[in-house]
Amino acid sequence: MDKKFIISGSPHIYAKDNVQRIMLDVVIALIPATLGAFYFFGLGAVRVFFVSVVTCLIFEYLIQKFLLKQKPTINDLSAIVTGMLLAFNVPSNLPTWVVIIGSLIAIGIGKMVFGGLGQNLFNPALVARVFLLISFPVYMTSWPKPIASAGQLSDVVTGPTPLGILKESGSISAASQTGELPSYVDMMLGNMGGSMGEVSAILLLIGAIYLLYRKVITLHIPLSYILTVIIFTGIFWLIDPTKYADPLFHLLTGGLILGAFFMATDMVTSPTSYRGQIIFGIGCGVLTALIRLFGAYPEGVSFSILIMNAFVPLIDRISYKHFGEVKA
Amino acid sequence: MEPVIIAFVVLSLMAAIFAVIIYFVDKQFHVEEDPRIDLIAEKLPGANCGGCGYAGCRNFAEAIVKNNSLDGLFCAPGGNKVMSEIAELMNLTAEEKKPQVAVIRCQGSFENCPPKHDYNGIKNCGFANFLFAGKGGCAYGCLGLGDCVEACKFDALYMDPITGLPVVIEDNCTACGNCVKACPRNIIELRNKGPKNRRIYVACMNKEKGVYAKANCLVACIGCNACAKECKFDAIKIENFLAYIDYKKCTLCRKCVAVCPTNCILEVNFLPKKQENANIANDSSKNIVNN
Amino acid sequence: MLKTFPKGGVHPDDCKLTAKSPIFVATLPDKVYIMLNQSAGAPAVPIVKKGDKVKTGQLIAKGEAFISSNVHSPVTGTIDKIDPILDATGYKHQAIIINVEGEDTWEEGIDITNNLIKEIKATPQEIIEKIKNAGIVGLGGAAFPTHVKLTIPQGKVAEYLLINGAECEPYLTCDHRLMLEKPEEILVGTSIIMKALGVHRAFIGIENNKLDAIELLTKLAKDYNGIEVVTLKKKYPQGAEKQLIKAITGREVPSGKLPIEVGCVVQNVGTAKAIYDAVQKNMPLIERVVTVTGPNVSKPSNFLSRIGIPLKHLIELAGGLPEDTAKLISGGPMMGKTLSNTDIPLTKAMGGILLFPYNFSKRLDPYPCIRCGRCVHACPMGLEPFYLEKLVIKERWEDAEKHWIIDCMECGSCQYICPAKRPLLDYIRLGKNKVSAIIRSRKN
Repeated sequence: MDKKFIISGSPHIYAKDNVQRIMLDVVIALIPATLGAFYFFGLGAVRVFFVSVVTCLIFEYLIQKFLLKQKPTINDLSAIVTGMLLAFNVPSNLPTWVVIIGSLIAIGIGKMVFGGLGQNLFNPALVARVFLLISFPVYMTSWPKPIASAGQLSDVVTGPTPLGILKESGSISAASQTGELPSYVDMMLGNMGGSMGEVSAILLLIGAIYLLYRKVITLHIPLSYILTVIIFTGIFWLIDPTKYADPLFHLLTGGLILGAFFMATDMVTSPTSYRGQIIFGIGCGVLTALIRLFGAYPEGVSFSILIMNAFVPLIDRISYKHFGEVKA
Repeated sequence: MEPVIIAFVVLSLMAAIFAVIIYFVDKQFHVEEDPRIDLIAEKLPGANCGGCGYAGCRNFAEAIVKNNSLDGLFCAPGGNKVMSEIAELMNLTAEEKKPQVAVIRCQGSFENCPPKHDYNGIKNCGFANFLFAGKGGCAYGCLGLGDCVEACKFDALYMDPITGLPVVIEDNCTACGNCVKACPRNIIELRNKGPKNRRIYVACMNKEKGVYAKANCLVACIGCNACAKECKFDAIKIENFLAYIDYKKCTLCRKCVAVCPTNCILEVNFLPKKQENANIANDSSKNIVNN
Repeated sequence: MLKTFPKGGVHPDDCKLTAKSPIFVATLPDKVYIMLNQSAGAPAVPIVKKGDKVKTGQLIAKGEAFISSNVHSPVTGTIDKIDPILDATGYKHQAIIINVEGEDTWEEGIDITNNLIKEIKATPQEIIEKIKNAGIVGLGGAAFPTHVKLTIPQGKVAEYLLINGAECEPYLTCDHRLMLEKPEEILVGTSIIMKALGVHRAFIGIENNKLDAIELLTKLAKDYNGIEVVTLKKKYPQGAEKQLIKAITGREVPSGKLPIEVGCVVQNVGTAKAIYDAVQKNMPLIERVVTVTGPNVSKPSNFLSRIGIPLKHLIELAGGLPEDTAKLISGGPMMGKTLSNTDIPLTKAMGGILLFPYNFSKRLDPYPCIRCGRCVHACPMGLEPFYLEKLVIKERWEDAEKHWIIDCMECGSCQYICPAKRPLLDYIRLGKNKVSAIIRSRKN
């Protein structure tokens, strides 16, 4: 028999899913919210979005090709996901050069210094966002007003985010007296100030349902995260409803939905076991609520996820249960 | 100005307090260590190759001091020079060892032992060994996936892409023995370097009957006994259809090389014999390149 | 709620191409090759020599070690020679080669009629003795000698007998067809094992993709005392011993221990049938059902084939080797071993011959691990394959041991599910080997 057979270890069949497909699913899931951002924030959002995605791709390619001398792997689409998430996490009137710096930080510092895809400890988009927030606080906290600024590229009417109003006025009753707080319906749809991708709870949830349907994410992290925030803020609201905002307010404002469904669930930087994921979600929730209620910043989603990212290796080590372990 | 002064004073105070704490902790938990360990460790090459059987050079030094003898302890990369220095330091005598080098006892290149299967899996001989006999079908030959190259800490091995076999760079080889341990088929052997780096060895490990060995590989040892009969020094033993030349007895007379019907005895670094036919001369020169 | 094991598992496509094809008796070639290492443990020692005439069913090699099994001649003919040949391990091992000469002349005492004998006369000791003499091994794939498995160690008590009809591997249908065509034999075989073990309850676990077999066996099992058919939800690897026990009884076998620890003994349906033959009819294990299949095989079939028939003969019977075949697999696609060529003979452990074309066979280039955790969720043993892979690459054997690498049963679920197409199992098997060697050297 002169036929050459292939010798290899089992198994010999494989599931259909692959890395590109997973990344593509995330991209698809982010599309409704992207379109929503284009609608609310107009040309500025389109500009930030494309600059962010394209520069992320370029930086990934350049770093892999010339700095690391590897075969570029931009076809795995992970840079597009990073770019999209970065754009979602910044205001739509951010100057182009700041966005480019953000992309460089996200891909360079957030991802490549750790060794590229799968090696990074922290969510790259959040690393970049926090970097920008600390380095360029003025740019990063002047939020364009939705719809009103839709036609503008950069010169826009700005206004604070609901959480910003809350932090400024010190109590929810004082905040509602300013008359600037949007209604719950507006919060739901996204008609409020904020980072371009985080405003519309509805559109983000549509994407999240798609991800859940495709089994790219499971409910463990988002649910434990959101429930923790609701319970935590709920307790304080019950204690003093005039000072603290109600849980629904906390749920719909800021980046909680975006963070819980798209950032905290980032596979690379979250625990692998279900038990670990629940611990991770609770940790994120507690930190977010603490920062929002007592911290100096009005919003704590990015910080809490980054802090919990650092705990992932630890959580991984303590959280999985082995078959036959009990009685061994 | 005031906050600067306060900060300065506070930080200086803290530094002073910590210094005191560290000083006392250091005194309290001081570990008495034989100073000779450091001296020996300094002499060692510091490659941490593990060839001596210890995790690193320092562990080796500790072992010498602890045992207070050099029995069974030898640093191959350092060689006799380092060992005699250590012996002097310890007031012991070092056993003189002849310098050795690793040799690859397989010639199953793509040409000699044509591949019969494709291997599709991780690049690791240990794993391939556990799946099948090897691309060429020889259950004793080189698998060609480079575990030995991985194991070598001295850049003394590389895989030849043309033959698919590892090649020893003699100048770099320190005979640490890591490749010997790494090879799942025990193909690599440490042999005495020999006068003028000349060596003769059987480059085959096949223990099958000649007819089966030959079916897979053109240059397999078929256990025909020709070399053993030729050898006047009783240096060649045949066991399980496989010849082995004892390097301690071999006098490098090269008679066995000529009689081997499958050319599986290699001579290394010899000048071509003057009056032999061109064919054998070609072979041996090729062998030098191969080695 | 259908029963299944709770942790891990994957759902590969069924691809049971031969579920509807009846078992077909394979013809005999001119020569058969009987491997001597057909069971786990030590190889059998031949008791015939070149030129001897042998009858069908005659003992030709004796399993002398404790874990070893007898080998019988599956044909009538003359011993050609005893020589090493390449087998499923990828290496050469001793085999007895027999020239087939005409029709079967059966060894005396073997009942070759099809009459069903329900009454069990043999005592438990006699049953185990007969099983040992007949050279029966686990026909599920591991080929562990059955008489050893049925000998309960001192101080342990068997409570349940589990008969494994899960056949969770895709493509394979040999157990399925056997359950449909020899249900009574399997049930009597089950009763025999129950008697040998002294247990009063037996479960036959069948996955819900074999509804016809479930229906038939449930109906027939009513006549047998203590045998119950359990429908299991289809999930790979349900056929693994520990998973089957967990699914049916809810008991968890402790790490590193055998099923008897929780009072269970697991046997394959094929083994139950073989035990019926051995005890009731004195028939040694000389044939088994084997599925020859593959996406491009023209006539995928189930064969009742004598042991020792070269695979190329069976492949010819199934319509020949497809042109683009690139991988020849013994067993199922999840745990099967790739074979080097088609001259390899059928052994007792082979339940399937799988022929895969090139586009099925080539592995895809691996991506970096994205820590998606799918391998962790797929692992039925609750291990972290991606982490073990990293530990093995870094050669951190102690850590790998601490993370239970030894418990991996090599079901392949992790590598199957991995979206980055990483060779997880390759590394884990390598690590398992190294770690077991380290553990062994520590014991000595």
